[in-house]
Amino acid sequence: MKVLVAVKRVVDYNVKVRVKADNSGVDLANVKMSMNPFCEIAVEEAVRLKEKGVASEIVVVTIGPNTAQEQLRTALALGADRSILVETSEELNSLAVAKLLKAVVDKEQPQLVILGKQAIDSDNNQTGQMLGALTGFAQGTFASKVELAGDKVNVTREIDGGLQTVALALPAIVTTDLRLNEPRYASLPNIMKAKKKPLDVVTPDALGVSTTSTVKTLKVEAPAARSAGIKVKSVAELVEKLKNEAKVI
Amino acid sequence: MAILVIAEHTNAALAAATLNTVTAAQKIGGDIHVLVAGAGCAAAAEAAAKIAGVSKVLVADNAAFAHQLPENVAPLIAELGKGYSHVLAPATTNGKNFLPRVAALLDVDQISEIIAVESADTFKRPIYAGNAIATVQSSAAVKVITVRSTGFDAAAAEGGSAAVESVGNGADAGKSSFVGEELAKSDRPELTAAKIVVSGGRGMQNGDNFKHLYALADKLGAAVGASRAAVDAGFVPNDMQVGQTGKIVAPQLYIAVGISGAIQHLAGMKDSKVIVAINKDEEAPIFQVADYGLVADLFEAVPELEKLV
Repeated sequence: MKVLVAVKRVVDYNVKVRVKADNSGVDLANVKMSMNPFCEIAVEEAVRLKEKGVASEIVVVTIGPNTAQEQLRTALALGADRSILVETSEELNSLAVAKLLKAVVDKEQPQLVILGKQAIDSDNNQTGQMLGALTGFAQGTFASKVELAGDKVNVTREIDGGLQTVALALPAIVTTDLRLNEPRYASLPNIMKAKKKPLDVVTPDALGVSTTSTVKTLKVEAPAARSAGIKVKSVAELVEKLKNEAKVI
Repeated sequence: MAILVIAEHTNAALAAATLNTVTAAQKIGGDIHVLVAGAGCAAAAEAAAKIAGVSKVLVADNAAFAHQLPENVAPLIAELGKGYSHVLAPATTNGKNFLPRVAALLDVDQISEIIAVESADTFKRPIYAGNAIATVQSSAAVKVITVRSTGFDAAAAEGGSAAVESVGNGADAGKSSFVGEELAKSDRPELTAAKIVVSGGRGMQNGDNFKHLYALADKLGAAVGASRAAVDAGFVPNDMQVGQTGKIVAPQLYIAVGISGAIQHLAGMKDSKVIVAINKDEEAPIFQVADYGLVADLFEAVPELEKLV
């Protein structure tokens, strides 16, 4: 079975981002970029399915600037077989990304599409679900366990209050939650081998997809700063402050 | 202009997040209709009709809508949504699950987790784990939005008398089915609705030590949360996780015990009114957001705190 994995190049999760002075966005110049952590989990899950003999081929796709090839090479080093870059310099909204992915799905005909549950830059948590609507596939979001069973996939999902298991007809879409697995590191020999694996570049125009959006960002601001707090010396002082100063207990 | 709010419910009762979403709808302005989709959900519909400010309740009571599987409810909501200017759902795991599917069926972008309404088409939402706040404007015919419940007060659950109307003979799309669920049981208040939250991190060392936090929480009438480190280490179940990828809380008082304060954790709790940090590492980033910090060994400080409150 063929598995398609979507990955995104985002600012590294350890970076403390700064808002630009003109409020046009977040300053990403000279900031370390990485694969979105939830996408790493998606790649890992696909590789594990291949190691179990369930998946026969893993195709990894990203949509973004030319530099996003780095993230595709990372995925190839982790075990993906080939990769596709849909190259665009624009920042696209989730719906446009889902439409581009739909075009790739139509071409590749995977049985399973794995995405991260959200990207840590836009924090949208939309693309997998939107791709579900566009393809008509069933969706298993926030997955903490994925089990293939014949022509179905059982997905255990993290929901408010606990876990829920759903059975989905294939082809299906899964979006990964943190506890699905622990991603491996790429070894040096695999990084070298990944350089020889196929990487196709296409454009949104070639896929026949319009990427216009109905949402525009007017401004981006830093969140209101909290006023500096104080350090108390003892538990007794803490309780006294909470009771008499903050009046919260 | 009318607004459709999708209710979060358990069939028998409405979830609190629905009330916050109604308040967001009131800020947008317009007639507010609430959709209750489920199986055997008459009681939840009755509760929805009593919310102050709601003018109509639509009930889609059908076996296909049990557990709100997105493959089944999204087409229903998209069909109904065409007649509205806004479709709102709380940003719960349920709302996040089906609403983007609705947006794509309507061929519009979705705006996720708004924390403020500027006008009927302009909203504020956090990005980059809450390290930036974006103001976004939508020109979509139907604005599809999830609402972060901690950004809005709850609407009054009593006082309304909306008409209840039955809609939607939905069919099972046959693509997905519910197999089962495992819900964590707790007598303490729900994390996202609690006035006080006591959270533990890696510094708790093991799951057994959380009993100190439970004792303190019970004395304060608080909910107990955890950082991702504590969840990943297996100390507590993952539905207790507070943070960018867990629950977003904004209680009156948040007590962080043995939590360093990674940005992913702060994204889930930094809108709390008062933050207290107890940590033995005085360099821990949590002290930068804490109103009151106590540098101490938590195994001495927490039992003492429990005695004194």
